[in-house]
Amino acid sequence: MSEYFIGKPSSFSIKILHEKIYELLSMNKRLDERDALSFREIDIKTNIIEKTDGSAIVSLGKTKVIAGIKHEIEKPFSDRPNEGIFVVNAELLPLASKSFEPGPPDERSVELARVVDRCIREAKAIDLQKLCLIEGESVYSLFIDLYILDYDGNYFDPSVLAAVAALSVTNVPIYKVENGKIIKTEERMKIPMKDFPVSVTLGIIKDKILVDPTLLEEDSLDAILTIGFDSNSNLVAIQKSNLGIIPENLIEKIIFIAKEKADFLRKKLMESISNG
Amino acid sequence: MENKGIKLINEDGKRIDGRLYNELRPIKMEVGVLEKSDGSAYVEQGKTKIFAAVFGPKELHPRHLALPDRAVINCRYHMASFSVEERKQLGMTRREIELSKVIRHALETAVFLEKFPRAGIDVFIEVIQADGGTRVAGLNAASLALADAGIYMRDLVVGCAVGKVDGRIVLDLCDIEDKYGEADMPIAFSPRLNSILLLQLNGKLSIEEFNEAIKLAKEGCMKIYELMKETLKKKYSYIIMEEE
Repeated sequence: MSEYFIGKPSSFSIKILHEKIYELLSMNKRLDERDALSFREIDIKTNIIEKTDGSAIVSLGKTKVIAGIKHEIEKPFSDRPNEGIFVVNAELLPLASKSFEPGPPDERSVELARVVDRCIREAKAIDLQKLCLIEGESVYSLFIDLYILDYDGNYFDPSVLAAVAALSVTNVPIYKVENGKIIKTEERMKIPMKDFPVSVTLGIIKDKILVDPTLLEEDSLDAILTIGFDSNSNLVAIQKSNLGIIPENLIEKIIFIAKEKADFLRKKLMESISNG
Repeated sequence: MENKGIKLINEDGKRIDGRLYNELRPIKMEVGVLEKSDGSAYVEQGKTKIFAAVFGPKELHPRHLALPDRAVINCRYHMASFSVEERKQLGMTRREIELSKVIRHALETAVFLEKFPRAGIDVFIEVIQADGGTRVAGLNAASLALADAGIYMRDLVVGCAVGKVDGRIVLDLCDIEDKYGEADMPIAFSPRLNSILLLQLNGKLSIEEFNEAIKLAKEGCMKIYELMKETLKKKYSYIIMEEE
């Protein structure tokens, strides 16, 4: 076993695939005829579920993620009395893959939810102070719920896209404050957005880098890294989400590639928001 | 979290606990601290205090999870209820579930799993006091415990946190710096493989800052790596002395 291919399942098919993917990458090719650094086809549709305050469905190749947002009025956290709240939840639905099982969220869905949460929170995507009704008493609480519908690798990037796209089209009712009471009005307002974070997932195989791995590729890669960027090309989240090693001398190149791809994804995202 | 007027780095470049930007907190390490486990370790890094224990390789339960060609690592990172400022609720939080997963991945990469087909290796990390950098200190403790248990490894996994505080990249964040700073980035290396085994980022860093942070983390990790090796050697030097 080569030093690069460490700690990974050693089944023959995976070893052969590992070699094959590497060989193709040396010619800038992939198993599905993409080049190393392109995403699969991206499709973003917004406002597809009428009962939500905002929703989006994103397909990235055969991977499909749906995001729905609903709000409630809640008491803010005591350390941030004048800020709204948002909570990200993710579920890997059993209909999406034979490797997903029904039941309470497992470690993979917890990880996914927390990575999406980190991208949105650290990029300060939502202007949470504008979601405060009565300081210390009542604020908007947004529930961002993600469901993986079809899983063909890389659920991080479409999940961040779906969450941010859904947030960008979310309309919540405006509440009036009268004598310390909160009254729902007929009018609605958009969620005040300050940034539009995206994430880019890369695969590393020996000294080669690829973007947006499929399920087939994921099993045979040396490592998988997800990197979140805000609109000013700052890194806002990183997650090495699988076993395996990343050679130190590759990391600068990985970040550079990820930044370029993040700009590309954000362009797609902004197009779909303005159209949708 | 917003910095509410707390100055985390003063004019002399000293941090809130008097350290320079590239200084680690005092570290104490010991192996073989728990009697009943196959391998154990205690790590203290500033006020962060962590025990780790390893059981195995042993028969895996439930059995259907066993893999025919390698061992399975079961890793639990857990914080004691009293380890944090406000009492933590009992049971595993979402944060603990995520951290258990990333720590496991780092260890799985370092251990020669293929030497123990069908077996299970349990790794338990208990944070008894948390003051920043618990996942990396826990990982260091776990890799010491694995070595103490005599489990074959490619290398010791050595982790360290870097971050951005008051606009500067600093090494080994304490709790206040983590809370009020701009970014926290835990990293774990394998010095022998020249590779990164764990990498997470929580917060905002520019690409230049990221590159600087990686370099600083590597420096810190190399110092911790030496300490870890010494800790393991010390245990066996005692054994040799006793035999004589």
